[in-house]
This record gives sequence, structure tokens and C-alpha cells, in this order.
Amino acid sequence: MAKKLVIEHLNAWFGAVQAIKDITIDIEENGVTAVIGPSGCGKTTFVRCLNRIHEVVDSARVSGRVMLDGIDIYSKTSDPVLVRRRIGMVFQKPNPFPTMSIFENVAAGLKLNGIKKKDRIADTVEQSLKNAALWDEVKDKLFKPATTLSGGQQQRLCIARTIAIEPEIVLMDEPASALDPISTARIEELIQQIKERYTIVIVTHNMQQAARVSDYTGFFLLGELIEFNRTSDIFTNPIDKRTEDYITGRFG
Amino acid sequence: MKLATGDRTIRFLSTVFASMILLLIAVIVYELFKGSELSIGRFGLKFLVTTTWDPVNEVFGALPFIFGTIVSSVIALIIALPISIGIAVFLSELAPQAIRPSVSLMIELLAAIPSIIYGLWGLFVMVPFLQMYVEPVLSRYFGSIPLFGGVPIGVGMLAGGIILSIMIIPTIASISRDIFNTVPMLYKEAGFALGMTRWEVISKIVFPHSRSGLTGAVMLGFGRALGETMAVTMVIGNAPSISASLFAPSYTIASVIANEFTEATTKLYVSSLIELALILFAISMVFNAVARLLVSRERIVQ
Ligand SMILES: Nc1ncnc2c1ncn2[C@@H]1O[C@H](COP(=O)(O)OP(=O)(O)OP(=O)(O)O)[C@@H](O)[C@H]1O
Ligand SMILES: [Mg+2]
Repeated sequence: MAKKLVIEHLNAWFGAVQAIKDITIDIEENGVTAVIGPSGCGKTTFVRCLNRIHEVVDSARVSGRVMLDGIDIYSKTSDPVLVRRRIGMVFQKPNPFPTMSIFENVAAGLKLNGIKKKDRIADTVEQSLKNAALWDEVKDKLFKPATTLSGGQQQRLCIARTIAIEPEIVLMDEPASALDPISTARIEELIQQIKERYTIVIVTHNMQQAARVSDYTGFFLLGELIEFNRTSDIFTNPIDKRTEDYITGRFG
Repeated sequence: MKLATGDRTIRFLSTVFASMILLLIAVIVYELFKGSELSIGRFGLKFLVTTTWDPVNEVFGALPFIFGTIVSSVIALIIALPISIGIAVFLSELAPQAIRPSVSLMIELLAAIPSIIYGLWGLFVMVPFLQMYVEPVLSRYFGSIPLFGGVPIGVGMLAGGIILSIMIIPTIASISRDIFNTVPMLYKEAGFALGMTRWEVISKIVFPHSRSGLTGAVMLGFGRALGETMAVTMVIGNAPSISASLFAPSYTIASVIANEFTEATTKLYVSSLIELALILFAISMVFNAVARLLVSRERIVQ
């Protein structure tokens, strides 16, 4: 398989605090890569560096290289806006735009990309909602505010909004952490369905979830990447003692 | 349980003071009505729609003042709104974190400058500038439009509107900034993650989120412009006329009361001025009440 993202010596800071240290890792195309580790170890910060959203926070800083199809997204000539259109993100907390309807939420990114034809937008919205396993639940109330949905539905709406613009990579930061088991199962199913077309990086606190959905897993601890390998190897045969302790629940 | 003596005293005193505010407003309204009885009885509703203001023959009509008050405030708003929103966007979204507090402070200090000082500046600096450079150019190129017709004399509706706009910018800008700051980062980040530019995040997420609060901020600014007296009196020209030209002198309710109250000799004259005050009170109350309602609703929703 091809390497979609090549991350080299990535460091990120909040002011003087270094949140991730010297991360070097390859993300395979059309694979699901899971990022696990105890709270505060830098998982969120790591994925936020991959679509240049880390720098939106005041005082945040990044060094290192993130090569997307061979081109550094942090090079001087790279435009963060274009990077983010190629690398979408689903946040930990569902955040549909509260002032927009369900339909408008999914259509929001399309309009930015200059797609103006009404029927083309409507088709893409429908397809994205179907892919996000939400269509049947919302097809009769597309023009209601997005805030009228349940938390699980809102998160699937955010997924639909993200995949509507067909990014090449989808970053998911604990997409199911606020959801009940049924919604969680649907999102996991969804990841399985869409992974043929996207490259997915998913942060999760849930070891079983990482084992179920991912092909590769990286274990972070205190801002460092301790171990990175095929998921099956990490979970059956971890090399580092700390990885073993974490996945067997001895700390974390 | 019995309250301690100290607590009881405090409670009694604060209840008294709080009720005094209500009483004060009630007394003001009552006095305004009572004072304008004579004029209301004589002119009725015609007072609101006639244009003669003739103290010698005791014929009074309020329309030129109502016109001057509302139009000067609308001009102020048209000028102040884009500038204030620009300042607020700068302070809440664009300026480096380090300079935000000091710039905010300066904006708020503008609101603390006594209005007589704005008036003096307006009269000695702004009015000559308008008369020499701005108005002649406008009338040369756009003179065929009635708005810019007439003789450029400096003092007048345009000068009044501009001075008012400068005075309401701090109000609108600082409230708008507060409103923009309540938009959660979560939604802005969602916009960035979709590939929105900073401007798209501001226009598609921050503005829609702030809509009703902004309406309130605008109306509070408008309310302030309606009642402003001193500075506008000094630059608006103080002639009770209704003209389509921005250069023509005009007159506001607050200005005519301030200028003429001491020389109002007859009962009907005084009563007519008090009725003008009643009208101003009513307009201001309505605007402020609606504005505060909108602003507070926004804060609760957050
Ligand atoms: N906005 C911020 N400002 C300052 N420090 C921050 C900020 N966000 C995170 N940090 C710090 O950076 C480090 C990594 O945080 P991060 O959110 O990446 O952890 P995480 O692994 O995602 O944790 P969790 O599992 O709880 O979500 C933490 O020590 C945290 O305190
Ligand atoms: Mg996190």
C-alpha cells in the first residue's frame, strides 16, 4: 500500500508546553490508523497537526514535516485552507453549525468548493447522509435546525458534513466518546464502509474499538510515540513493556 | 428564623433604594404628561405632523425635530455600523492576543470623553474640514442627487450624523466584540476544518451566531444617538427645517429643548417643549427596551 502521509520529527507546543515530541510515523492510504494512549498524552494535538488546525489556537506552534502525497503541508507555499479541504476532521464533541439546518450543514463545505448547482448539492447531501448512516432518520426533516438532533445523530451529521467534500483523509478525534453503544456501533460500521475510499486516522480511548476498526495502531505516552505497528501485532504481541501495560489495563 | 438586625436593616434599605428607581421613572413619566397637558390639549395629534415652530404666534409642531432626531441618528448608524463591526471583528478574531486588552481599553475610553469635547472638536475641526473639502467635492460630483444638493456650509445634518456616529462607535463596537467572543471555538474550528478561510468563518459562522445580539447592539447605539444633546447641538445648525439635503441645517428634539427652555416665556411654549421631551422619552424607551431584550436573549442562549 502507498503511504498517504509521511510524518517526520513532528513537535507541537502550546506556549512553552510541548504537547507532542518528535513523532515520526507513516499513514497508509485506505487504511485505518488508530491513535491510543492515556488522557493528556497528545493524541488530539497530534491529529490536529495533521490538518493544520493546531495553529488556529493562539500561542500554538509546530515544527517538523507532514508530507501529504510527498508535499510538506507545512512548507511556506502550502495554504492551510487547501490542506484542510483535503484532510477533513470530525471532532470529539459533535459540533454541527447551530445556525444552520441539517441540509445546510452538509452543504456548507460544498458551497465553499464552488459547487453551485442546486440538484448537484442536493444529490451530494443525500449521498453523504446515506454514507453516514443518517439519511433514514433525517430525510423528512432536512430543513430543521441541526440542533434538534440527538448527540449521536449530530456526530453522524458531522461525519456526513466532512465526507461531503470528499477529503482524501478523515481525521476522527474520539468520534464516539460521547455516544451510546448503539450509535458507537453505527459509527464503527461506517468507518468500515468508508475506509475503501478514504484514509482514516482515529483517536480512541477504547481499546476494543481500536482493535475492531483499525489496521495500524500508534501508542502515545506523555507526548511521545512509544510504539507503532499493525493493530494485530500491537494487541497480541506488543514490543514495549509500557504498551503492554496500557492495553492490558494496568495503567492509563 | 429571625434575621439578624444588620441583615434586616440592609434588606430594608436596599428595598427602599430599589423602589425609589421605579418611583423616579413613574414621577418622570407623570410630570412629562402633566407638563405637556396644555400643548396636547391645544394641538392634539397635529403636534406630531405639523412643521411650524413659531414661538411668537404660539404655533408649535414637532415634525422637524422628530425628523432631525431620527434622521441624524440613522445617518450616525449607517456610518458607525460598518466601522464598529470592523473594530469588533478585529478585536475578537484577528488582533494578536497581546494587544487586545489595550485596544479594547482605548475604544472604551472613547465613550468616556465628555460630549462637549466632541462638540468643540466637531465645531472647530470637523465642520471646517467638511465645509472646505468634503461637501464641495460631494456637491460637485453628486450635486444632482438631492441628498448632496444645496449649499455646503459645514454645519448641518451631515455634521450632526458624523459626530453622533463617532460617539456611538464605542458602544456598538464593544458590545459586538462581547457578542462575537461568546461564539464557541468549537464551531469556528468546525469551519476551519471544512476549509473555510478566516473571512468565511467570520461571515458564515460568527455573524449568523451573533445575529440577534448584534441587532441589540445596533439599537443600543441608536438609542444613545437619539438622546445625545450637547455635541449634536453644536454642529447640526439648529434650524427646524425638513430638507432632503445632507448639507442643510437641522434640529433635534434634545437640542431644541436645551436651547429654548430657558427662554420659553409662555405656558404653551413650555408645555410644547415638555411634550417634545415626552416624545423623545417614548422613542428612546422603546428602542432601549427592545435592544436590551435582544442582547440579553443572546447571552442566555449561550
Ligand atoms: N489549548 C491548550 N492550551 C494549552 N495546553 C493544552 C491545550 N490543549 C491541550 N494542552 C496540553 O497538551 C497536552 C496534550 O493534550 P491533548 O489534548 O493532545 O491530549 P489527549 O491525548 O487528546 O487527551 P484526552 O484523551 O484527554 O483527549 C496536555 O498536557 C494538555 O494539557
Ligand atoms: Mg483528546
